[in-house]
Amino acid sequence: MAENIEKSTGTFKVKAGLAEMLKGGVIMDVVNPEQAKIAEDAGAVAVMALERVPSDIRKEGGVARMSDPEMIIGIQNAVTIPVMAKARIGHIVEARVLEALDIDYIDESEVLTPADNKYHIFKNDFKVPFVCGARNLGEALRRIGEGAAMIRTKGEAGTGDVVEAVKHIRQVNEDIQRVVEASDMELMTIAKELGAPYELVKQVKELKRLPVVNFAAGGIATPADAALMMTLGCDGVFVGSGIFKSSNPAKRAKAIVQATAHYSDYQLVAEVSKGLGDAMRGQSVAQMEETDKIAGRGW
Amino acid sequence: MTKIGVLALQGAVSEHADMLRRLGVDVCDVLDPNDLDGLDGLVLPGGESTAVGKLLDFYQLLEPIREMGRKGFPIFGTCTGLILLSKHINGSEQLRLGLMDTFVERNAFGRQLASFEANMPIDVLGETPFPTVFIRAPYIDKIEGEARSLLELDGKILMVEQGNLLATAFHPELTDDTRVHEYFLQKVNVYKKREIVVGR
Repeated sequence: MAENIEKSTGTFKVKAGLAEMLKGGVIMDVVNPEQAKIAEDAGAVAVMALERVPSDIRKEGGVARMSDPEMIIGIQNAVTIPVMAKARIGHIVEARVLEALDIDYIDESEVLTPADNKYHIFKNDFKVPFVCGARNLGEALRRIGEGAAMIRTKGEAGTGDVVEAVKHIRQVNEDIQRVVEASDMELMTIAKELGAPYELVKQVKELKRLPVVNFAAGGIATPADAALMMTLGCDGVFVGSGIFKSSNPAKRAKAIVQATAHYSDYQLVAEVSKGLGDAMRGQSVAQMEETDKIAGRGW
Repeated sequence: MTKIGVLALQGAVSEHADMLRRLGVDVCDVLDPNDLDGLDGLVLPGGESTAVGKLLDFYQLLEPIREMGRKGFPIFGTCTGLILLSKHINGSEQLRLGLMDTFVERNAFGRQLASFEANMPIDVLGETPFPTVFIRAPYIDKIEGEARSLLELDGKILMVEQGNLLATAFHPELTDDTRVHEYFLQKVNVYKKREIVVGR
């Protein structure tokens, strides 16, 4: 029998490790315990607890902040899967509050109104793991440099239009390809151009991928959207407004889970896509004003 | 060549596959029942057990894997894999394979902030302690029948075997230490030899 074992908590390995366990899965935005149960029953690997889904934040405007702790606790009590929650970019105290609530993962998210327009949270200071959005490799590696243990594409949240999520994962993939093909001599200049820490650029060259798990987010609304993001190399998907803004959330949630797990089985994607009712109506990103886009938040 | 399947519905699949390849075995993803043909063993990786249980059922994998496990086919489960292998999941009706005489408590150490790393002595792996990684981990609070504890800490059983079955509450696939996988491959070799004696 083992005795007097020294345990280390909050290490980068256990932070990044939880993200590894979520791979191939779907993380769903939920605003109350009932939705959280629907998500869990559909096979979600985690839920994101928030007061308003991104499409409502867009519609209603105002300042979007961390959710009410009471609502978060209600969701924590309703499900056994991990519960994530969002803090504003740079809002150290919202993050500390979420950590005090024993949240499983914090999303330092551009979907909320940024609290700091210059700096992100120094996530290495925390025991709780963070996921952050990125549009390209440089942004992803800056966040990892600050301590993020998981990355997601930003996409354009709350639109139901997958085009930006595709653009961002394609950009990350192109940037990784460039790093992988570069000689050692070229790496420092590439790091400078990407605005990324040199050591992490070197690590990407060795691993031929991001050093942490990378999910898709921002605009995924259908099983085929989810399967598309998996095909492009994402490790899993976040679905925000796409589920609970559709006409049959329970059925759609399950279909997206199944399409994500079996993304290259097109017969199956076809089968689960049948009779889902209306997808969220959404909003075409191409017709949006630049000032209405939120993916640009983050530095 | 030994061929091991890794259940690839959801979770830390590639980590197991990489470690098995390092040990010189052929590895394939298991996504539906056809993928079980010709395997010498199966790994059930860590993931979210409620999600994986539902997907196992949806892809009609639950019954064939259960049947193979009953007949002596080697199966190694980590974390979620341990939960799926257990007959008893405290307070839960979730879908499972239910092959081991173990009573498992889910998320037993607490939420993510309680996840930890520690070096633990595991007798069957030799003298050097094993670098265990526990992530929202379960533990076994009781075993019965043929199940045998291989690691226990403060009354919590963290590694268990039962004939052809092996399970850990921790994640050896997240480390560089291959000893738990090697221990599983010993079971696979025993199973392969027995097959030859039976002379199929």
